[in-house]
Amino acid sequence: MSDHLISVRNLRVSFPTRSGRFEAVRGVSFDLGRERLGVVGESGSGKSMTGRAILGLVRPPGQVTADRLELDGDNLLNLPERRMRRIRGGRISMVMQDPKFSLNPVMTVGRQIIEAWRQHNRASRAEARQKALEMLAAVQIRDPERVFDAYPHEVSGGMGQRIMIAMMLAPDPEVLIADEPTSALDVSVRTEVLHIMDRLVRDRGMGLIFISHDLNLVSQFCDRVLIMYAGRIVEELAARDLHRARHPYTQGLLNSLPRLDQRVERLAVLQRQDSWREAEILPPPPGGL
Amino acid sequence: MLHVGNLDVWFGLPPAQLVAVKGASFDVARGESFGLVGESGSGKSTILRAITGLIDTWSGDIRVAGEAVTGSRRDRTFHKRVQMVFQDPYASLHPRHSVDRVLSETLHLQGMTDIDSRITRLLEQVGLGRGFRFRYPHQLSGGQRQRVAIARALAAEPELLLLDEPTSALDVSVQAEILNLLADLRRERGLTYVMVSHDLAVVGHMCDRLAVMRGGELVEIMSADQLRAHQAQADYTSDLIGASIGYERA
Repeated sequence: MSDHLISVRNLRVSFPTRSGRFEAVRGVSFDLGRERLGVVGESGSGKSMTGRAILGLVRPPGQVTADRLELDGDNLLNLPERRMRRIRGGRISMVMQDPKFSLNPVMTVGRQIIEAWRQHNRASRAEARQKALEMLAAVQIRDPERVFDAYPHEVSGGMGQRIMIAMMLAPDPEVLIADEPTSALDVSVRTEVLHIMDRLVRDRGMGLIFISHDLNLVSQFCDRVLIMYAGRIVEELAARDLHRARHPYTQGLLNSLPRLDQRVERLAVLQRQDSWREAEILPPPPGGL
Repeated sequence: MLHVGNLDVWFGLPPAQLVAVKGASFDVARGESFGLVGESGSGKSTILRAITGLIDTWSGDIRVAGEAVTGSRRDRTFHKRVQMVFQDPYASLHPRHSVDRVLSETLHLQGMTDIDSRITRLLEQVGLGRGFRFRYPHQLSGGQRQRVAIARALAAEPELLLLDEPTSALDVSVQAEILNLLADLRRERGLTYVMVSHDLAVVGHMCDRLAVMRGGELVEIMSADQLRAHQAQADYTSDLIGASIGYERA
């Protein structure tokens, strides 16, 4: 037993290509407690692949290796699909970017939630229905009865994402992995969805891995942030210390953002350095975390 | 440069008619950069599409450099004056046409001469260099594709560029490069921009003035300075600014 919900050491994900194996994740190590952990990086940095590897969602010919990949002390690496399925959705859940693609378009919302929940719980239909309605109410859907019988195309994007969250949280998982959960949403809806996720994760004492390209959002929403570049973690920071970031890549990302609070003549352009691919991981600054 | 007066745009016929833009009016001066911001479905892109003639179900007054346009027919002088850059550089370039073909086709259509040297010049202006001339879109990154799309728009030597979310499909570091490029081109060539975005920070950075849209209507028109100072007239704009600044824990 350990205090860590998830413990990862030297995680590697690679894919065969015509010019040899390509490593999308190159030796990632971190621990997740009952906290909100942000994973930030640009496209191709390996942040989503890290999340998928934990859930055993990397399909062959993709290959996952690690010195350690554990959930609460139980090994997750290369489990038989049957056992992985019991963990996936039951003990670790995932919310993806776009509800349009993750909800089944020909099944009512209610049936999908019930299906997800009954994968992991034995219950009568009536009980399952009751549970689904409770979950819809928990993600602050005002009229759960109506939404229960609706099809995904009949609800808005923000509501679709709340339905996804309801479905994922119904089996009471220990860990939630959210991969860009708000990138497809308008800003006003984004705040609402984040509030709901925030409250549910806190009330249930879950661990959250929040994967995003949005540094500012992550620093405001999470407790701790990992910054990934080219398949590796280049820096770890307490979220409130983001402005004290020391790695030139993190600094470059922050500086390249247009700002709403002040006029900038010219945006800083990131000059990528080859050395960032191999450099030592920068630990949090003293007094941090 | 651009006058839009009392513009209505609709899709479909009653009773299933959707009015996407209601009574929008604004003017953009020559050399100005004007932003249209709003959330999805607010009608911001629809306005651009009505201007370029991609939609013909509209009424109202659209004038470009004093000349009124009608329906969806646009003559050659219009396309010489007005060009558009689309959101998704993965979708807006023909996958089987090389950069050379994309640009030479546009130059031919515009009746240009000395196409060869123009292509070299265009590629240099958008920071690609001649080495990219015979590449295909799949050999380019997202940012490089958007540079090609900008080169294609510049090929006609337009005065007015309509930019529909030109950087929302790109990583932030690439976004910075493209926004800098657009700012440089505007300064060097005295271009007029109308830029659509859902990102207030991007519009605040790029534009002198902006219109905030909601549900097809213009909520208010404000300057970028007012945006930065959070001096919004409408409650909706204040909410939008608040939500854009970030997330506050409950």
